[in-house]
Amino acid sequence: MAENQTYYVPEQSIWPIVGTVGLGVMMYGLASIMVNGNQGTGTTGAWITFSIGSAIMVYMLSGWFGNVIKESRSGLYNAQMDRSFRWGMSWFIFSEIMFFAAFFGALFYARVFSIPWLGGEGDKGSANMLWEGFQATWPLLNTPDPQAYPAPAGTIGPWGLPLINTILLVTSSFTLTIGHHALKENHRQKAKTWLGATIALALVFVCVQGYEYVHAYRDLNLTLESGIYGSTFFMLTGFHGAHVILGTLMLVIMLIRIQKGHFSADNHFGFEAAAWYWHFVDVVWLGLFVFVYVM
Amino acid sequence: MSAVTDTHAQDDHHHGPAKGITRWLLTTNHKDIGSMYLIFSFTMFLLGGAMAMVIRAELFQPGLQIVQPEFFNQMTTMHGLIMVFGAVMPAFVGLANWMLPLMVGAPDMALPRMNNWSFWLLPCAFLILVSTLFMEGGAPNFGWTFYAPLSTTYGPPSTTFFIFAVHIMGISSIMGAINVIATILNMRAPGMTLMKMPLFVWTWLITAFLLIAVMPVLAGVVTMMLMDINFGTSFFDASGGGDPVLFQHLFWFFGHPEVYIMILPAFGAVSHIIPAFSRKPLFGYASMVYAVGAIALLSFVVWAHHMFTVGIPIAGQLFFMYATMLIAVPTGVKVFNWVATMFRGSLTFEAPMLFAVAFVILFTIGGFSGLMLAIAPADFQYHDTYFVVAHFHYVLVPGAIFGIFASAYFWLPKWTGHMYDETLAKTHFWLSFVGMNLAFFPMHFLGLAGMPRRIPDYALQFADFNMISSIGAFMFGATQLLFLWIVVKCARGGEKAPAKPWDGAEGLEWTVPSPAPYHTFSTPPEVK
Repeated sequence: MAENQTYYVPEQSIWPIVGTVGLGVMMYGLASIMVNGNQGTGTTGAWITFSIGSAIMVYMLSGWFGNVIKESRSGLYNAQMDRSFRWGMSWFIFSEIMFFAAFFGALFYARVFSIPWLGGEGDKGSANMLWEGFQATWPLLNTPDPQAYPAPAGTIGPWGLPLINTILLVTSSFTLTIGHHALKENHRQKAKTWLGATIALALVFVCVQGYEYVHAYRDLNLTLESGIYGSTFFMLTGFHGAHVILGTLMLVIMLIRIQKGHFSADNHFGFEAAAWYWHFVDVVWLGLFVFVYVM
Repeated sequence: MSAVTDTHAQDDHHHGPAKGITRWLLTTNHKDIGSMYLIFSFTMFLLGGAMAMVIRAELFQPGLQIVQPEFFNQMTTMHGLIMVFGAVMPAFVGLANWMLPLMVGAPDMALPRMNNWSFWLLPCAFLILVSTLFMEGGAPNFGWTFYAPLSTTYGPPSTTFFIFAVHIMGISSIMGAINVIATILNMRAPGMTLMKMPLFVWTWLITAFLLIAVMPVLAGVVTMMLMDINFGTSFFDASGGGDPVLFQHLFWFFGHPEVYIMILPAFGAVSHIIPAFSRKPLFGYASMVYAVGAIALLSFVVWAHHMFTVGIPIAGQLFFMYATMLIAVPTGVKVFNWVATMFRGSLTFEAPMLFAVAFVILFTIGGFSGLMLAIAPADFQYHDTYFVVAHFHYVLVPGAIFGIFASAYFWLPKWTGHMYDETLAKTHFWLSFVGMNLAFFPMHFLGLAGMPRRIPDYALQFADFNMISSIGAFMFGATQLLFLWIVVKCARGGEKAPAKPWDGAEGLEWTVPSPAPYHTFSTPPEVK
């Protein structure tokens, strides 16, 4: 790895501009779906635009990462390049943490400030005059204006499915670490087994979460529209679920790459980056379990 | 593409740029990308400036003459968004792209392909943003701060497109900032320890950290807006248990560090320019670094000073008032150091120095009006008046934008290989200086007398100051066309620039020829 002394500066690349077109078309399509949907005009064209943009993005991502993998395998990267990737991935994860922080912030603000104030408590308790008789509770089983935001009949208790999910994700972090150690000792078959186990746990997690959503919508009337509890519940768990799916996709790709013999015992940053991401997703879940489900 | 199929091309580091449009579309070269950022930024500066001209033309006299109030609101909103996200931020990223690898002795940015993506996402985002002007219901009209419920319940349908445009800008900024951090932390020449880094590098390191910390929060808050508008959530609707004030907290948690994102790189550039034209080393290098760090940290705990009048508990008002005033301490250290650098120096006043000195003086005026606004009980009087408009234009125009002009003149010889026309540049400075003060200084008086911001019409007693302000704004606006001409002229020819055109300048960027070759520092230099 360290034999290459000069830092590798790639030649011209088509992928950034492909990614720009893809992301732009995708976002424009997505916005059109929403705006046209609200106005009652047809959304077929917007869906087609969105699909084309998404397809370009998939093409770009596979092509771009394909390039990087080829360059890495042909020995173009040196130790300094490896550090660039490490800094890049670390700061990307930090940006993701800050994204979740915004939604946790909204949850804490609602619980500590806005709900008690609307219920007549605290410094700004006069807000209660807007909806007299509104009682501050958490979980919020009555909204200030039930016509606009019908309250849920109940919420998801922490000690059922969420506890199972916690066990699943924490276990998956351990299985992934065992797989990583196996890779470092060049036990390829063992690494594949434990990585496969991690992916299986992740898939079960996603299924359980999906089942929980169906239960919330169908049996509890807990929806996006049921006030701030539903808003924060679904946005936090929903974005987390999306990150779990993305992380699982990364792990699947790493499994394929191990299968192809891509990694060596001392050079496998792709795997490590996916593992970092997975641990990040796991830690966010622990925050969710404590602050969304238990407390 | 070619990077894979043509793996031995890496030996050939010294070839020039590709020909034609593909040079710009597919480039991985930090200098090309830096130039594209700067050109894009200036284009947006002219577009946002044209909108400011519409605003000032309408405000030239009381009454409605030129535009309808609905369109006026779209102009103030788009002017703010375009100037913040399209003009100032990309200009500094362009300077970073050009100068950081040269200053730290790196062959390029750490992740060159991602660098190109960061740039090209910007025109894409602004295409979507500007296209909202032509959509049914018009462009966003709720002010650049897009407060809920103005932007959620009462916003035009184009708000959804605006949200996705902000997402794309955010992705661009975060990737750009990751690239800057990776470059600075990993690509410095051997021997360049952190405390030997040029100050522009230091300020950009801290700016990049701020960007990565707060752009995701902006992404979060616009996502909540998107959900409130389209999917029935109630983040910012009290009837569902949310709170419109929550929007303001989240927005300003992003927004306050954002204003430092727009000024810290200018601090860095000025810290190079003043020593160069004073022919003395910078006074108090270490204290400059610590001051920037302190400003950055404090920027995370002062956001609610933007919302004193919105109804936050008294303890909150006191905390945010005192925390805000604390920022004056590290800022004062910086101003003191710049002045101390000039003290007993062999001063000359070429265009970069003129802009830098004006920066120190006028930014300080903006800082003082900021202190006035920080006093919570007094802010109740100033809030949402033209005093606030005067304040932030004083920190942004002679702050950020003069910083950018100073940097542009300082490094133009390095970029183009030619000296710019000094007489024209000085004319540009003096016209900008007079125009800008004429435009923004009367706004202090208007605000103190009670003229509210973001209105197309006003009471008769405000007429004189508004007319003066509009004349100054037209003057400042027209002057920027002169800047365009100076840069074009400099790029096309002129007196040949030596490797180090300023005799007092220091740093690795002056050790390479002018214009800087397409590839520099393929082998890192040694720093002692």
